[in-house]
Parts: sequence; structure tokens; C-alpha cells
Amino acid sequence: MKLEAAGIPAISIHTHVFARLVKATAQANGMPTVRQVFVPQPIVGKSAAELRAYIEGEDPVHKRPFIQGVLEGLTGGLTAEDRKGTSFDRTTPRLLPPDTEENLHRLFADQHWTDCLPIVLPTEERVAAMLRGTSQPPDRIVGHLSPASFRELWAFDVEKVAVNAVMAGAKPEYMPVILALAGSGMTARSSSTTSWSTIAVVNGPIRKEIGMSAGIGAMGPWNHANTAIGRAYCLLSQNLQGGSVPDETYMGTLGNWYSYSAVFPENEERSPWEPYHVQHGFKPQDSAVSVFLGGWYTQAGFGPRDTWEEKFRHCLAACEPFIGPLLVLDPLVARGFVERGIDTKQKLILWCAENARLTAREYWDNQWSQTLLRPYAVAGIEPYASRFKAQPDDLIRMFEEDQIHVVVTGGETQGAWKMISGMRRGKGTISVDEWR
Amino acid sequence: MTELLTVHDPRGYPPAVTAKQLAPRLESLDGKRIFLVDCLFDNSEAFMEQLRLWFAEHLPAVVIAPIKPRESWVDDPEMRARIEADGDAAILGVGL
Repeated sequence: MKLEAAGIPAISIHTHVFARLVKATAQANGMPTVRQVFVPQPIVGKSAAELRAYIEGEDPVHKRPFIQGVLEGLTGGLTAEDRKGTSFDRTTPRLLPPDTEENLHRLFADQHWTDCLPIVLPTEERVAAMLRGTSQPPDRIVGHLSPASFRELWAFDVEKVAVNAVMAGAKPEYMPVILALAGSGMTARSSSTTSWSTIAVVNGPIRKEIGMSAGIGAMGPWNHANTAIGRAYCLLSQNLQGGSVPDETYMGTLGNWYSYSAVFPENEERSPWEPYHVQHGFKPQDSAVSVFLGGWYTQAGFGPRDTWEEKFRHCLAACEPFIGPLLVLDPLVARGFVERGIDTKQKLILWCAENARLTAREYWDNQWSQTLLRPYAVAGIEPYASRFKAQPDDLIRMFEEDQIHVVVTGGETQGAWKMISGMRRGKGTISVDEWR
Repeated sequence: MTELLTVHDPRGYPPAVTAKQLAPRLESLDGKRIFLVDCLFDNSEAFMEQLRLWFAEHLPAVVIAPIKPRESWVDDPEMRARIEADGDAAILGVGL
């Protein structure tokens, strides 16, 4: 659309499953008649002959020859609508028209403002009570979010965050953590076709102050604070960014269970290692939350046993090359590593970075390696350029140290660990204390 | 009588939409220089190459110029400047 604005006629080619999304995006950018043509999904994995058949075939959305749409999209006159574009105001109201409880629940569900489960209606009294959980003024802008990088950013203030916190069943004392998550710059409702979720780790005194659990079942629905904060982060993400509606503002092909709630605290008291937020510049007495785009793959194991190195090598090689792992270890596992001489998180990270290896053939035969990493390699940017030059059967490093993260949590009923895809995104680690 | 509740709207504040008009279209593609912008999505390079070949075979009077941004999903002002300076039109693909 920037090319059109500069006077260059343009047309964009999409696959047909994105027809509604690209139409909505064009509308939101004030250029609803921007020229678009469509080919069948998928492009990935298709041969030259199959791609040529797409070009010589029919546009499955407009039901006309694809190439006709291309040629006509660049030539001919403009309609009045083309010249005018679209301007409109989309300001949302502070309050909804009064209605019965039953009708309001139906409205929230019909408008896709819930996670398909019952919510607590955000009455004025409940929102006012929630706002007492922070000293911040209700009209302070907290941040901006969008479901994807190509979508417009929506703004929101403290009161809007409180509204969604009420809906999630949160308590007022959770507000500083929820506000920090809201201000992280990272949505928990990414629209990516890869079905990402966002996982968050809480550190510092706030964990105990608000009753979070880093013990048994820390990563599931067994503690109110953990669960409600995670749900609030998800609900506020979808509602404050302009939606998370399948086929419009959400395109994750499989979806993701982590997208219900994925916030847990680190078990700093039982961990032999430095807390995560201290690794990233905070003091132990600070409270902070860290956000990770991920939750795509999850692998698990026990130990460390005598063959832990083999097990870790297998699991690391099975990670997606584009996104490194967030290692979540029960305290028993962390102490087991200490007994084996790995007495800091950084030593474990170094070991993983050195031993996470894949043949170059497998590394590059990957959709995201091709789409996101190959351009860096072609541009000569390291380490991707060297990985691109490697022979197909060469074992190459998959991750740099800053792509691997280690967090300790759990109740010590089992020496269990997980490797979950987790990329630090947004502002990374955010102060909770600033939102008290 | 059923009690009526007043509740907050849970949505954020969307930016205002400002109208933008399309660029004038070309009368004909003959002799015009069209940039084929490979959006770098997996296998889009192969698709755009097939599109280039189609033009070469069917509309040889059109000058086709393949081009790529520096990275995926990020605006590339330098690439846009080149298209604006040297091109008459652009075809972008294959995006989502």
C-alpha cells in the first residue's frame, strides 16, 4: 500500500485461505479496493509445474483466470471508490447499553470477547474494585498491541486492562502483574499460522504476595493466581488488540492449548541457581515478568540420568531451528545438574548451545528457516551465512546462547523437565513494581 | 422485573482509519517495467520465477525485474525507493 501511495500501481498475490484477512487489513488501512489476486493454498512444497498451473489456472476467490486479475489489476481506470478510499472512526465506547445478565453474556460470546468459557461481567463496581489493585490512574496508556506485525496497533489504558482482568476472574492484587504483561508489547493472541502462544514467567516477591504457586502443578489449573493472571493476559490480548477471531484476526492452523493460560512463577526458593529476572538485570528483591513467544513444541524427560546428554541432544535436535527452547526444570532436576558440575544456568545453556546440532540439510529444509533465516544468510549475516554454506550432511549449530532459557519450577514430586519453544519477545523482562 | 446491568466495553482503542487512494493504473503494460517482489515466504521465489517465465513467454514486451526485500515481513524502504525510481508497477507475492 505504500507503493500505491507513492504512485506505483501494485497488486498483491495471496493464497485463498487468507482472503478475509487481507480484505479486512486493506479496509483497516483505508484502501479497501487495493488490488489482490489469489492462488490456492499451499505454495509451500509445490513443484514448478504445480506453481505454473496456479498461474495459468483460476483465482479461487474471484472465480476468474488468475492472470486476468493480475493484468487488469495494473491497468485500466480507477473507480470513484478507488480514488476516495475509506475513512471511518472506530472508537469503542466506555460502557455498553444496559441489558440483562443473560443477554450480556450472550453478547460477549457472540462478539468473540471471551475464550469460549463463561466470564465475569465487568460491571462498573467490579472494575472500580479491580482498579484499587494499582496506584496507576485509570486513563494511563499501558501499551499497544496487534495480532500480527502487519495489522494496525490498538491502544489501551489501565481501566481497559482492569475490565479484562475482571472478566478473567482475577483479584485486584494481581493487577500489577497483569498490567506488566499488558505493557510487555507482546500479545498472547498472535495470529500466526504457526499457532504460537505466549508463555510468561513471574519472578520476585510479588509471587508470594499474591499467592502464586511455584510448587505442585505450577504450570496448570491448580492455583488461582497463576491461572487467572494467565487467562487475563489472554483475554486482554484478544480484546485490546482488535480481536482474535478465526479466519479474520486469528490464523493459527492447529491452535494451542497454552493459549488458555500460560503464566507461572519460578521456584526461586528451591532453585540452586540465579532467578531468571536477575539473569536479565533485575535485583532479587525486584518483581518482574518475562514473556516468551512459543508453546509450539513441547518435549519432556526425567533426570538428569546417566544418559541425559544423549536425551538432551535428541530433544534439542527435534526443536524447531527458528525458535530455541525454554527449559523448565523441576528443582530436583536443577539440583541434579549441580551434582553433575553444572552449577549455573549459564553452564547448562552453554552445553545446550554447543550440543544442539542438526545436519544443514535438515536445518534448511524448514519453512521458517527458509522464510526468516535464509534472507539473513543470503545477506551474509552470521551465524546464518556460515550455516548456509555448510555441506548438507555437516552438523551445524542450531542456537546461540541467547536463544536458550532456563527456569526452575515445580513441586519436587518427580525429577521432570520440559523443553518448550520460547523466544524472548516484546520487552523481554518487564518490571512489575512499576505497575503497583 | 429483570435487573439491567451496565458493564464496560472490553475492547481497546482502534486507530482512526484514514482514506488512501490507489495510484493511477497504466494504460498498457507494453514497454513498462514491472517489479516482481518476492516476499521471501517459503517457495515464493519459485512461484515468482514461474510468473516471470509466464510474462517472458506471453507478454515479452513487458520488462520484468525480480526484486527481494532485505528480510521477511519487514518494510524495506530502500527496495521501495528503487521500485519508485525505476519501475512502472509492482506485483508482490506470495504473501499470506
